[in-house]
Order: sequence, then C-alpha cells, then structure tokens
Amino acid sequence: MIELEDVSVSYGDRPVFGDVSLNLPQGSFHFLTGPSGAGKTTLLRLCYLARRPDRGRVSLFGEPAAALDRDGVSALRRRVGVVHQDCQFVDHLSVAENVLLPVMVSGGDVAAAEADMKDLLSWVGLDHAAERLPTELSGGERQRAALARAVILSPDVILADEPTGNVDWEMSLRIIGLLVELNKLGKTILCATHDLSLIRQVKSRTSARVLRLRSGALELAGSDL
Amino acid sequence: MLSGGDQSVERIVPRSGFTMTLTLAAAAAMAFLAVFVAAVAGGADRLADAWEDSLTGTATVRAPVALGDGDALAQALGQVLDQTPGIETRRRIGTDEQAALLSPWFGDEIPLDLLNLPVLIEVTLTDEGPDAEELTDRLRAVSPEAVYDDHGQWQAPVQAAASRLRLLALTSLLVIGLITAAVLALAANASLAANGRIIDVLRLVGASDRFITRLFVRRFAVRAAAGAAIGSLIGLLAVLAVPAPDAATGAPGVGFSGAGWSWPFIVPVLAAIIAYGATRAAAARRLRDIS
Repeated sequence: MIELEDVSVSYGDRPVFGDVSLNLPQGSFHFLTGPSGAGKTTLLRLCYLARRPDRGRVSLFGEPAAALDRDGVSALRRRVGVVHQDCQFVDHLSVAENVLLPVMVSGGDVAAAEADMKDLLSWVGLDHAAERLPTELSGGERQRAALARAVILSPDVILADEPTGNVDWEMSLRIIGLLVELNKLGKTILCATHDLSLIRQVKSRTSARVLRLRSGALELAGSDL
Repeated sequence: MLSGGDQSVERIVPRSGFTMTLTLAAAAAMAFLAVFVAAVAGGADRLADAWEDSLTGTATVRAPVALGDGDALAQALGQVLDQTPGIETRRRIGTDEQAALLSPWFGDEIPLDLLNLPVLIEVTLTDEGPDAEELTDRLRAVSPEAVYDDHGQWQAPVQAAASRLRLLALTSLLVIGLITAAVLALAANASLAANGRIIDVLRLVGASDRFITRLFVRRFAVRAAAGAAIGSLIGLLAVLAVPAPDAATGAPGVGFSGAGWSWPFIVPVLAAIIAYGATRAAAARRLRDIS
C-alpha cells in the first residue's frame, strides 16, 4: 500500500534519517516508535505526501509520488486517513462538520454521509458531542474525533501520529483498541508512538510489528522492546 | 444536525471575523469614494464643456459711435453681417444690457446719456464660421474702428484649463480605482493569512487547490460586492444631497448625467471583479507555500 525506498530527509544541515526503506502491505499493523526528534512525524508525513524526501522513492497504492501533481496528491490523500498529533480541526466548525470535512472536500454527498458520521461518532463514543466545537473537547475526545474524521471516507490506510500523546492510560488503550478494530476490518495501520508500555500492552493482542527509528535508521524491534 | 451539503461547505470559511468586516468596510468606503469622485468628475467635465461652449460658436462685433448715431450704425453693421456666410444669428446688445454689464463696477446709477457706449452685436456662428479677416475689412468699410472679436484670446487658456480639469477628474478616478484594488487585495491577503490554518487543514484532508481557492474567492467576491453596493448607495445618496447649483450662474453641479448614472451600479461589479482576482492571487501564493 505504502512503500518507501531508500528515502533520506534532512532539515537544513541536520539529517533526520537516511536510506530508510519501509513497506506497508495491505492489512498490516505497524507501530512506529523512537525517541523524540527521531523523525517519526517526518516519516509519517512522507507517507501522506505532506513532505517530499530529499532522496529516495515514495509510492502510494503503486503510484510513484514524484510523478504526482498537486491534484494527484489531493486525490491520494483522500485514500489515506490521518490522525494528526494536534488533530488539525477547523475550530469554528462543529465536531460533526469536522468529521464530514473529507466528504465535503471530495465533492461527496454530505447529506448521505451524515448517517456514517453519526455511526462513527457513536463508535468512538462521541455521539453526545456532535454539535460541540473542537475546542470544547478534552484531549481524548479530540483524538477520537480525529480518528472518526480519518475513517469517514473508508480509506485503505490509516496513519496515526501520537494519537495517545495527551490522554490518560485508559483513554490510550481505548484509542489503540479502535485502531485494532479497524485493522481487523482489513485496514492498513501505521501508528507512531513513543509510549513503549502501550505497545507492549497491545502487541500481545495483535499481530502488530514494531518499527524503531533510531540514529537516523529504521529497524524492526524485537525482544529488546 | 447539518443544514445541507452546499451550506456546510459554505461554512468552512468563516462568515464573520475581523477580516470579513475589514473586506466589507474597505469595499464600502472605497465604493463611496469612487461614486463620489465619479460624480465630481462628471461635474468637472460638464463645467469644462460649459466653459468651452460659452466661448466657441459666438463672436462679438464692437464699434465706437458718436452720441446719438448708434441705431444707424448698428443697422449698417447688421446688414454687413446678414450678407456674410458663416454668421447664423445676430443680436444687438442694447443700452440697458450694457448698463447691467457695467453695474458691478459703476453701480446702478450710470448716466447712460453721458457715456459714449459702443455698438455691441453678439453673433452666433455656423460650424464653419466666417472669414474673420474679410469680415473685419467689410465692417471697417462701414466703421473704421469696428472690431470683430471671435474670443480667440480667451479660448486657448479656457480650453487648456478645461482640458486640465478633465485630466484631473480622470486621474482622481484612476487613483481611487487603484487604491480600491490595493485595499481589497490587502484585505484578501489579510484574510487568507488569518485563515491559513483552515487552508492547511483542507489540504491535509485532501482538498484540491481549486476547491480551496473557490471557497475563498466566492466568499470574498460576494462580500466585496455587498460592501461596494452599500458604499455606492451611500455615495449616491450623498451626491443627491449636494445642493443643486444656482440656476442663475448656469454652473453645472456635482452629480451624474446620461451614462454617468451607471457608475453606482458599475462600482460594485468592479469591486467584486477586483476582489475575485486579488483573492485568487493571494490563495495561489498561500497554496504555493504548502504541500
């Protein structure tokens, strides 16, 4: 679904990672971990084409990203659901409208999608908050609303950047549980988190693999986790 | 819950906020000025026309006369004028009328019987007009000191002043137009900057550049047109409220005439077009900076 081949990224003179390769097959579940500043967010940004690599090749759904124009990037983004670390809401729109935003921008039938939106809000436990503004939500509620928005177009791939960054342990487990449910529906998941204890807790219940970014390289974590 | 697809999309760009108010107020203020300046320019143009009309197409024949011989001389000069091609009409300016012309300087109690007033004949000319030199020769055959005055010495400076007045009016309109464009462009840029986060989010969830641009352009063009319509209406009312000029002076006042009445209707359309272009350009610049 998503393939990174020998990609390198640097910010100015500071290299973030070099010659990293990653292949996310359909239906896979990967955690991406590593210390702060290791480049987890940058790697995710490569995956939804918010950044181009300095070197190397990125492909989404078999299409090389380098060949895409801006409209092509927009079209591919609609096939990838992203839960951003800071949620990225439009603050004057209600939670319901924010969840429907991908439908609106894709020219879909908003009225027809309202039933899906209600189901999704119910699934993430926010059916009571549909008319509230994002600023009125708690950290956990915001992350769950962002997850609902990420899956409204039923994308094949879901990328989550520290979705449990600002929530308590119970809520973290609940959010990861939602990702596990999506994976069981056949969705490809890549979830960046620095919370190793959370990974340990969830890993035993899933077939998730753990990737670790360290010292500019990406490696598969094993029993040393 | 939601009021419909299109209306939901419309809500993505906030309806209120300081940049929306700024756009509305800026468009209204500039439209008011544009309409008012257009009215002043129209008045200036008509004033320039009046100046020119008052001097072109007319001439004066003047001949000194001994006391009591005025009527006979006027008749003789009139016969010459009647036989001259290029003269359309002639009218003797009578003693009372000459007294009225002199009264500002000498008062109302002018002793006309003591003054040796010349014979004055006002003539209107055809488009071709007479041969001035030949006419002067023929008039002097009747009265050696007769003068044919085609107002040539006044025409050149008055025409130059009228031309400058028109240029000034046109320049004022142009400057107002440019300032309007600049103010609306600034308002569009400020709005795009203030709504930068919305644009970022829209791109992240897969919106195309065309979709984002259309959202903002539509909102700002409509807002600018609404502001300009309000400003134009106020400008029109202000123009109508300017007192009409004193009919006795014949001076044209501030206002519109003929096709000039279309200005209050053209200005909102122009404002919308300017806002459309400025917002498109600002959106394109903003989108260039994000992936």
